[in-house]
Amino acid sequence: MNFQETRQRAAAAWQAMQKSKKPRILLGTGTCGVAAGAENILKILRQELEKNNVEADITQVGCIGLCYAEPLAEIIKPGRPSVFYGNLTPEKTADIVRDYVAGDNPRPDLAIGTRGEGTIEGIPRLFDLPVLKPQQRIVLRNCGNIDPTDIDQYIANGGYDGLLKALKMKQQEIIDEIKKSGLRGRGGAGFATGMKWQFCHDAPGSPKYIICNADEGDPGAFMNRALLEGDPHCVLEGMLIGAYAIGASEGYIYVRAEYPLAIRRLNTALEQMGKYGLLGKNILGSGFNFVIHIKEGAGAFVCGEETAMMASIEGNRGLPRPRPPFPANSGLWGKPTNINNVETWAHASAIMQKGSGWWAGYGTEKSRGTKTFSLVGKVNRTGLIEIPLGIKLREVIEGIGGGILGGKKFKAVQTGGPSGGCLPAGFLDSPIDYESLAAAGSIVGSGGMVVMDENNCMVDVARYFLTFTQLESCGKCIPCRWGTKQMLDILNDITQGKGKKGDIELLLELGASVKDASLCALGGTAPNPVLTTIRYFKDEYEAHINEKRCPAGICKALLTYYIDKDRCAGCGICARACPYGAIKGGKRLVHVIDQEKCAKCGTCLEVCPEKFKAVKKVSGEPFSAPKEPIPVSGGKP
Amino acid sequence: MAEPNKDTAKLDKLLATFKGEKAELIPILQRVQQEFGYLSEDAMRRIAHFLKAPEGVVYGVATFYAQFKFVPVGRNIIKVCRGTACYVKGSPRIIEELETALGIKDGGTTPDMEYTLETIACFGSCALAPVVVLNDQVYGRMTPDKAKKLIGKK
Repeated sequence: MNFQETRQRAAAAWQAMQKSKKPRILLGTGTCGVAAGAENILKILRQELEKNNVEADITQVGCIGLCYAEPLAEIIKPGRPSVFYGNLTPEKTADIVRDYVAGDNPRPDLAIGTRGEGTIEGIPRLFDLPVLKPQQRIVLRNCGNIDPTDIDQYIANGGYDGLLKALKMKQQEIIDEIKKSGLRGRGGAGFATGMKWQFCHDAPGSPKYIICNADEGDPGAFMNRALLEGDPHCVLEGMLIGAYAIGASEGYIYVRAEYPLAIRRLNTALEQMGKYGLLGKNILGSGFNFVIHIKEGAGAFVCGEETAMMASIEGNRGLPRPRPPFPANSGLWGKPTNINNVETWAHASAIMQKGSGWWAGYGTEKSRGTKTFSLVGKVNRTGLIEIPLGIKLREVIEGIGGGILGGKKFKAVQTGGPSGGCLPAGFLDSPIDYESLAAAGSIVGSGGMVVMDENNCMVDVARYFLTFTQLESCGKCIPCRWGTKQMLDILNDITQGKGKKGDIELLLELGASVKDASLCALGGTAPNPVLTTIRYFKDEYEAHINEKRCPAGICKALLTYYIDKDRCAGCGICARACPYGAIKGGKRLVHVIDQEKCAKCGTCLEVCPEKFKAVKKVSGEPFSAPKEPIPVSGGKP
Repeated sequence: MAEPNKDTAKLDKLLATFKGEKAELIPILQRVQQEFGYLSEDAMRRIAHFLKAPEGVVYGVATFYAQFKFVPVGRNIIKVCRGTACYVKGSPRIIEELETALGIKDGGTTPDMEYTLETIACFGSCALAPVVVLNDQVYGRMTPDKAKKLIGKK
């Protein structure tokens, strides 16, 4: 069968499915959905359908990005918009199947929103909700809409049209189209993609290779995982287009072993492509030959660096090497190689499908297009989002994220993972683009966006990131290997109450040296979380060093837990819960924490009944508590 | 105890599915670990022999990557995420609680070989932080209590 026929058949099947009289249920079963219990919901759905004697098609789809509402299902019935239901429990699922799939009541009380033509009374339109309104879904266009294990559904939604177009163009025309779009690398550095392709295209030597960097190692980031799980073909199509434009005959996808579902989806997708003649020899009759291999990473953050990644693919320790020579000239096995991030490849397929002009209509002058972010941490609505570059941080955190959890105060937003920085409230009205974030001392990075509230200690956060980079430093160059170790030692001292005058200055000096002298980007950016927290939260460092006080109440060595003698009712819950046996007391006696034994785990604070609130946590403040249990005087709510 | 001869035969059979190229070293190590749970000294020697590579190179590559283990692991592996989102939402408390409950430290295995406790840089399920993975089943929105129940019920 030729590809035109395949397209027509796929489109017809998709149309038939849209018009189907049978209700359809789309259930999100990406990793997030599964973690929230989607597999159980799937089982319940099947049971309830049977119990209600109603037939429906269940499709397992990727992540639509509303992770806070997982498990999440969309129910499609003919003649009306589809309805989304979130935070599904077995009970809720049973209600929805009975009332809406079998019956005719869409249960507005349980629904989140509708999608498609028409309205349903009492249910808002999904894309009018504050969480989705500022978003623009280009690379995530199919995530949550199509079955990622069915190539036909991708093709029916315009998939591989970009490749068809590209195969009719000259190589240089494709590269020019990418250049015109203004696409910049979505992996972190933001280098112009068209330029990168040009270098590799122009480089002498053969064979040429391309690599898809799916080694999403930044803690706090999962955009690439969700995209590979939800729509693998949009990435693979981008790789085919790039390989054709550059003249590469082999491609590698370097994907984290921690992403088993993404690897499964990729393998399925590659198999289907092979069947349709989209891989192998003479692709779609164009004379272009291309194969793709999957390489599983083995757990080394430094392999996100392109030269280290190539060393790892070759079967070596993942050590970076100095550039030049750049991979475009001497990459994998010494041959010209082009590496792009998962999202960059996905944008390339979108640009070829719909044109650079359309794509460049989003974003700002210098930061064109959209970017995915994983919005996580202390916000109400965590999730996978895609926004046009240039919108304000506030629109993301307050609009899409719905503000800070529990009504607490915003303290900082961390972008760019261990290579990025922490930005304070003053930057909430800054635009999210490559230049603005760099000027503030952070980076756009691959797209991790971790929101922190007043209960997060910024010195501790800096220490956290340094612990990570120090552990992941490959050890090849001294500035990174020892510099990060020295910085971490100082931060450990500060958070343990052993900070000295001059530590801040020493950190700044060390940070500047590590940045300047490290071989690769891991060391070159490792000091960023420390430098930005010193820049914007110096008072917290000073409190730790000078007053031995952790204002956020996080750094254990600087905390004391005690029991307020006027509030304790002697109920004994804390004493029973304490894992260290550090609480003495008795019936109707004020309980006392033995400071020698206390490991400061905070269990007592968590279990003390709300009506007493007798356990107190202090840092650097004076307090008084009895040394031995005494009869209770208070304990009244 | 594993029977050495049986294991050797199994290993040789597994190696025979590879071509013997240097680039296959990491995939081979991954397959061997998947099969045996860890990389024994003997297995690494045989891999080196198979690839005609110095033993030091195999050991060097294996020890570079966090995925590889060199001692046997427990029947159940419980992993706690220490990614940023999990960290700011309280994963250190979960690690502590599991360490106390199991009587082992991060990376350790209980003497009865029932549980191995590990921490992982990031699972990429950040929106459901904090996350715990028990034998490849991902559990989101964890608390120290829920995590303890997870090991209690097994």
